Amino acid sequence: MYPIVKKQRLAPEVLLLEVEASRIARKAEAGQFMILRVDDPGERIPLTLADWDRERGTITLIFQEVGVSTKKLGLLNEGEAISDCVGPLGHASEIGEYGTVVCIGGGVGIAPIYPVARAQRAAGNRVISIIGARNKNLLFWEDKLRAVSDEVLVTTDDGSYRRKGFVTDVLKQLVDGGEQVDIAYAIGPVVMMRAVSHLTMEYGIHTVVSLNPIMMDGTGMCGACRVTVDGETRFACVDGPEFDGHKVDFVGLMKRQQMYLGQEKEARERMGHCRAERDA
Amino acid sequence: MTKRIGEIPRQKMPEQSPEDRCKNFDEVPLGYTVELAQREASRCLQCKKPACRQGCPVEIDIPAFIRLIVEGDFVGSAQKLKETNNLPAVCGRVCPQEAQCEKFCILGKRFEPVAIGRLERFAADYERTHGEVNLPEIAVDTGKRVAVVGGGPSGLTLAADLAKMGHRATIFEGLHTPGGVLVYGIPEFRLPKAIVRAEVDFVRRLGVEIEANQVVGKTITVDELLETFDAVYIATGAGAPVFMNIEGENLNGIYSANEYLTRVNLMKAYRFPEMDTPVARSRKAVVIGGGNVAMDSARTARRLGAEVHLVYRRSRVEMPARDEEIHHAEEEGIEFQLLTNPIRYLGNEEGWVTGAECLRMELGQPDASGRRRPVPIEGSEFVIEVDTVIVAIGNQANPLVPASTPGLETNRWGNIVADEETGKTSRDGVFAGGDIVTGAATVIEAMGAAKRAARAIDRFLRGEGKKL
Repeated sequence: MYPIVKKQRLAPEVLLLEVEASRIARKAEAGQFMILRVDDPGERIPLTLADWDRERGTITLIFQEVGVSTKKLGLLNEGEAISDCVGPLGHASEIGEYGTVVCIGGGVGIAPIYPVARAQRAAGNRVISIIGARNKNLLFWEDKLRAVSDEVLVTTDDGSYRRKGFVTDVLKQLVDGGEQVDIAYAIGPVVMMRAVSHLTMEYGIHTVVSLNPIMMDGTGMCGACRVTVDGETRFACVDGPEFDGHKVDFVGLMKRQQMYLGQEKEARERMGHCRAERDA
Repeated sequence: MTKRIGEIPRQKMPEQSPEDRCKNFDEVPLGYTVELAQREASRCLQCKKPACRQGCPVEIDIPAFIRLIVEGDFVGSAQKLKETNNLPAVCGRVCPQEAQCEKFCILGKRFEPVAIGRLERFAADYERTHGEVNLPEIAVDTGKRVAVVGGGPSGLTLAADLAKMGHRATIFEGLHTPGGVLVYGIPEFRLPKAIVRAEVDFVRRLGVEIEANQVVGKTITVDELLETFDAVYIATGAGAPVFMNIEGENLNGIYSANEYLTRVNLMKAYRFPEMDTPVARSRKAVVIGGGNVAMDSARTARRLGAEVHLVYRRSRVEMPARDEEIHHAEEEGIEFQLLTNPIRYLGNEEGWVTGAECLRMELGQPDASGRRRPVPIEGSEFVIEVDTVIVAIGNQANPLVPASTPGLETNRWGNIVADEETGKTSRDGVFAGGDIVTGAATVIEAMGAAKRAARAIDRFLRGEGKKL
């Protein structure tokens, strides 16, 4: 069991859990993910690591309560425990001396972009972070990113906080304004990563995206997470999760993410039903 | 004994009818009753030089355990089994006895061989269900520690054997539950998971520690393990699925057998939504392949309500699956499309598979495996309408451990190079066995490799031949 030592609502729709998992914390690097199972009937779900503390032996998970598993996860309180946590999984981000690195986080993708920005900054790069979300209810960690970035630009789709527009609008403005960008990292919803990749392709900026397909074991055993990259099938769990955004088949990825929509809806309804009965 | 040799026929084991069983996940064979077991056991000739034993990779004293059944000492029989086999209830169910012990049974030369596997199952089940699971003698603690990478049949066997020899074994299991292929691969209806749990509990009671959620190569490396353990045994299995790399293979509804079976067996998707993990609700499924895993996949899809076609590129004779499995699949209404091979998958706009385009094949000259090679018949393309495809054409070595262990020699297929008799690898103190060494094989062969490696590790730990 993996006890929860801290639970914090970061924004109306975003939750943070700090979990005791010393072995994962000891090895974690930017870009890696973990898999958890909330309880015994639970499914295995992947979450990219938002942070870790090697001394305290904890990892930080950030998520939105959208499906049955994340809703169940959100019901756990400090002192309670997650049944299973395994990791760190996947390859770490390639940290190097690039020059200027743009780190783009969209929605809960803001969480995993944080350690990437921190590591790229520590490697001596100039880091510009761009974070965005649908509205201000989904924004968080602007302050944390400021601490590890040379510049932070914030946007919301509806203009409810800072500026109005997509992260791609900010990126476009930045590059058109004469900023020399050497590499871009984008983590967030698939549509966002695709839009960023399309834009940077035009500008010839190498772009790394972190993919989040359906996974099960996370060790290369099942192939649920296969994605097409540069015309070849790759397993996001062991070959990724980061890939060259200019080579990823995003359309195929989006279709594969839809695979269990029907069952997911049914499970959510059933969960709502059970809770209503229990609360009655 | 006054009975005539071969007078009593081999006793059949009662099983669920095909009509009933393809609607549930309960075990198909129901096991011998005491009467049936004793009648079958009485057929054993108690040979002075029992040929059957040479067919058993874990060296069971077969006549001895059978004699105890005849004498009515069923618990004693189970304990006799457990002197050499730590997982008899598993082996009695999943071993291919017809190619091992029973193949060498002297009685089998003129009559049908003694049903050794069914008797093994009976004795192990009797002990478990009568609450009399005693522990064997455990040697004095040597204080030596061994890390076992992988909690499947090979790792469990090795850890149990070392524990009996007085060493301290800790299993590092990547998934959240130990058992390896016994829990994620082999379906409930062939090997109930309660039985695996009981056998794993037995291994724990021997003093073996099991740490779940530890992906060696990621969470911890072999070199880090060697800092606190005196030896390491790698038994990670053949865990990486093989796809055909044909058009449309990433469409929704197309699974590796590993994924499909893991969803249903380990994650219990057959009980969705009570369990959270979903699996496709198939109307018509096609399984590609002719091995045991293909049969397991087909029979699983059948139980989930699908009409199932099994597509295999050679003929029935060349199918690598056990006869018993093929027979069970046929009884359950799986339709075999033999001498057929998929060449691409067709899909709809939402990205779901709708058809498998196949070619008919004919058999040509024998290939390297000695089996006649399937050759496509030109112009024989046809489409099977499907909403689910399960690719069960084999597994390859998972590179996680070799890739994170410098100096660990692998062959060109990525399998770890290890001595067949001792499991020794190119790294001092590191041993390996099971499918990660041999490529996909059987549960019992992986257990046999573990038995041999356990003896070698014992010698290594006691300082004999420490330096290679």
